[in-house]
Amino acid sequence: MRKVYLDNAATTALSPRVLEKMTPYLTGIYGNASSPHSFGQAARAGVEHAREQVAKAINAEPGEIVFTGCGTESDDTVLFGAAERYAKKGDHIITTNVEHHAILHACAALEKRGLRVTYLPVDKDGLITPEQVRDAITDKTILVSVMAANNEIGTIMPIKEIASVCHERGVLFHTDAVQAIGHIPIDVKAMGIDMLSMSAHKFHGPKGVGVLYERKGIRLPSYIIGGEQEKGRRAGTENVAGIVGLGEAIELATANMEETSKRMIMLRDKLIAGIEASIPEVKLNGHRTKRLPNNVNFSIKYIEGESILLMLDMNGIAASSGSACTSGSLDPSHVLLALGLTHEVAHGSVRLTLGDDTTEEDIDYVLDVLPKVAHRLRAMSPICPAGVK
Amino acid sequence: MYTEKVLDHFEHPRNVGALDDANGVGTVGNAKCGDIMQMFLKVNDDGIIEDVGFKTFGCGAAIATSSMATELIKGKSIDEALKLTNSAVVEALEGLPPQKIHCSVLAEEAVRSAIADYYRNKGMEDKAREVENIKCSHEHEEPHEHK
Repeated sequence: MRKVYLDNAATTALSPRVLEKMTPYLTGIYGNASSPHSFGQAARAGVEHAREQVAKAINAEPGEIVFTGCGTESDDTVLFGAAERYAKKGDHIITTNVEHHAILHACAALEKRGLRVTYLPVDKDGLITPEQVRDAITDKTILVSVMAANNEIGTIMPIKEIASVCHERGVLFHTDAVQAIGHIPIDVKAMGIDMLSMSAHKFHGPKGVGVLYERKGIRLPSYIIGGEQEKGRRAGTENVAGIVGLGEAIELATANMEETSKRMIMLRDKLIAGIEASIPEVKLNGHRTKRLPNNVNFSIKYIEGESILLMLDMNGIAASSGSACTSGSLDPSHVLLALGLTHEVAHGSVRLTLGDDTTEEDIDYVLDVLPKVAHRLRAMSPICPAGVK
Repeated sequence: MYTEKVLDHFEHPRNVGALDDANGVGTVGNAKCGDIMQMFLKVNDDGIIEDVGFKTFGCGAAIATSSMATELIKGKSIDEALKLTNSAVVEALEGLPPQKIHCSVLAEEAVRSAIADYYRNKGMEDKAREVENIKCSHEHEEPHEHK
């Protein structure tokens, strides 16, 4: 059976070239990057080269790059760190109601500690406006955190304009760019980003390694307490091979971005058009054009997401859904509900996210299988009106 | 996460579809929670469930439990069908993940709802109410409702 992996927003395949660069650091170069001897220094060189690769990819300085364990750790470092560091300045954080749980659950934890959090509501396409941010900023606001692109619906936020509004009022701006890095151009200087989170496994790098970009002059407390690694900004022995892999992966993704995104947008739009043409009563979730090149998210009315995924999986296709049954709770995805979708429609969502190696044949295969899956499940559905297939 | 039996009943559900000549139809669940089950019964003059069909909106477990429930009551008498418990459905499917147990509860309720409808259609309102008042065999650990 044909195998088609369209869950690249969950994680991506490790690029063979990245693995090749990592392998020496999993074998011969095993020194601790903090050790002064030659074994350690060989590892150190790998880490510092990766730091330069990351800095170059986002137009930062190497000294502004901190390696972490994952995107969530980077987010948590920013939120808990800013709350602690700027406690004297204020106690108010602004974010959106469609952030990843790494942000939302950390904000909920901060609220329990007495901080105030404003969750800006998005519009039907998943966007917030700079004006919403401006109106929400108070004298007590210490941080604004808005994701660069949404992990479920792929909507790209106007982060440059939002950062500019923050700076007018002297407020720091953080962006969770976990889904954006490697897919759309991110220039921290041009966009006015003060802090940024990313994760290697979302752009064909290894799992278990992330980055926190902290603009020079900002010095958040280390979230992991211990040794002096990363100049005291993140304790714990460096995941050297992972860091080397992240560096290589971001360099590759950035170098090929223009070409890759052009190809992906073509495939994405073919998939969107194909689904809209072959399945009646579907709704594209997220903005049609301000959208990640690799994201397709549809609600297929009258059927439920988990059963769509299971049936796709039985046909070799890996996808994801925002239905309650896949989230492990009774409520469907907070992102889909934030768009104003009803529970019924949100339960029937399916997310298909393309990767570097997705081919046109893969898309054709999905366009052959998905309408049949929808048809079969709709035939079984007691809420599907007669005539809708 | 699912047993082979669950996947088999999901992929090849038994007794799918509405029955044109049903004399008992029950619907339980709601779309907001992500699952609705509809059960169709054709009960003959001897009180035997001659034919049964279902339609379900829901996850893999909801479809598999509906399918299994129809298998377990087909050809049985109404009294036997009323004894169907959600745990019998789970057992027949060789297990369900804990968060999917409520699907088996819905299947049990769907069968009873269809039987109550059958009695009501026959003008046996007391019997219908009696069936509707049977407590579900499963203790709900978490209330299945939204804030």
